[in-house]
Amino acid sequence: MTSKKQNQLAIGALYGIAGLVVLILLALLGYILVSGMPKLSWHFLTSPAKAFLSGGGVGIQLFNSFYLLILAMLISFPIALGAAIYLYEYAKDNWVTATIRTAIEILSSLPSVVVGLFGFLFFVVKLRLGFSILSGAFALTFFNLPLLTRSIEDSLRTISDVQREGGLALGLSRWETVTRVILPAAVPSILTGVILSAGRVFGEAAALIYTAGQSAPALNFADWNPFNISSPLNPMRPAETLAVHIWKINSEGIMPDAKAISSGSSAVLVLAILLFNFAARYLGKRLYKRLTSA
Amino acid sequence: MSKEILTTQDLHLYYGDKEALKGINLNFDEKGITALIGPSGCGKSTYLRTLNRMNDLIPNVTITGTIKFKDQNLYSPSADTVEIRKEIGMVFQQPNPFPFSIYDNVIYGLRIAGEKDKEKLDAVVEKSLRQAAVWDEVKDHLHESALALSGGQQQRVCIARVLAVSPEIILLDEPTSALDPVSSSQIEATLLNLRNDYTIIIVTHNLQQASRIADRTAFFMNGELIEVDQTKNIFMNPAKKQTEDYISGRFG
Repeated sequence: MTSKKQNQLAIGALYGIAGLVVLILLALLGYILVSGMPKLSWHFLTSPAKAFLSGGGVGIQLFNSFYLLILAMLISFPIALGAAIYLYEYAKDNWVTATIRTAIEILSSLPSVVVGLFGFLFFVVKLRLGFSILSGAFALTFFNLPLLTRSIEDSLRTISDVQREGGLALGLSRWETVTRVILPAAVPSILTGVILSAGRVFGEAAALIYTAGQSAPALNFADWNPFNISSPLNPMRPAETLAVHIWKINSEGIMPDAKAISSGSSAVLVLAILLFNFAARYLGKRLYKRLTSA
Repeated sequence: MSKEILTTQDLHLYYGDKEALKGINLNFDEKGITALIGPSGCGKSTYLRTLNRMNDLIPNVTITGTIKFKDQNLYSPSADTVEIRKEIGMVFQQPNPFPFSIYDNVIYGLRIAGEKDKEKLDAVVEKSLRQAAVWDEVKDHLHESALALSGGQQQRVCIARVLAVSPEIILLDEPTSALDPVSSSQIEATLLNLRNDYTIIIVTHNLQQASRIADRTAFFMNGELIEVDQTKNIFMNPAKKQTEDYISGRFG
């Protein structure tokens, strides 16, 4: 076989494989959206779920998902940022950092159900936080931290060393170089990483089943005092999220329209994550332009 | 005879076990341009980077000997690298403007030092960019990204950025080797412009460049300083055989 033929064959095969991946993806997305779309309505998105009757919505679950996401990000982002800055900008290459990196790697491949069970034993039982948003947020932090740290470290790596030298040679301290030169330059890529990991967190179910719980008590959306039990902001209430809701109605849902609700919820989940992805790209680009040319 | 601003005595530098600088004694007078020349790997860039402690960033480097900037030992334990680098600025081979606007690039050092007065900052930006001979080309888009400039303009903005923190000494590490000939000659003109106000030390591979702009030239080989003299003497009438061989292109 001539090398030209080989080349054509290889290209053909690669196109085929890539096409297959796209096809599977489109089929999956298409199926979820087509079967879920008919259920989508303002009523479905805003009304509470019903346990036995048809016509329930996912309003509370949707709110819970976002609230948990925000809390989990608020906790995990500063820690991940600090860890990434330490690992990439300060730490020397020795066995300590190698150990930390390996630990992060292992932690990031931990099955989320294990994270969930750990969260249950530690936060729910040991620290007596109960099935609550806080327990869920902590469990999600554990789930998210290694991935986010890695992604922020990668963002820092994309900033060339000549920038660091430039900052230091100007009489900036190491810290000033990191905070005033490197981080602003890395913000768009960090933001993209954050939003993409937000998508993962948003769709996470296994880590939350035993921590944030599987019930969504009625909320009073007129009451924003976080200390009231029916307030949406109360972090100590149990909070079933959208992804957990899907899992639950598929395994033990007894409402007549369980299947439709599950399809609708899946569509909402997928749409939200798609939205995160597009937002990540758009914001990343906008921010980069904003930051780099004032 | 003007005053010596920077002196090095018996400077040795090791990368691990390898001795890269083998006892350099070299002093610099205030103002004027000194060129460091020599074949690749001779230690001239390494030497330049010891002068504002940029070698600190490389692991496994050991340095012995003394470098004094105005009687202050740069390598004494109490020396503050941040302060040193404000006095001894550096321009690199690859133009490295920060990914911000031209204006922000130039005032970066000052802004971080806490200067907020807009008028003063504006004045510094104009003065520095004028000194770096790039003002006319960029004055109408100061608030656009510095990354959009050509390589030569970027390099002059980098020089302006160093000038804005008003250092006494400017180190340049092959500042034109990544640039085209026209940009290179603009950088050279810029440096000639600055020679009366700053002490400039430049590493260059380009012998013509050294002969065009430098008042003094130092020739390095194999980690040793072979010879240093007025540029004219080095090129017309070198004292050492190795210098003559190098200048006349017999090696390197």
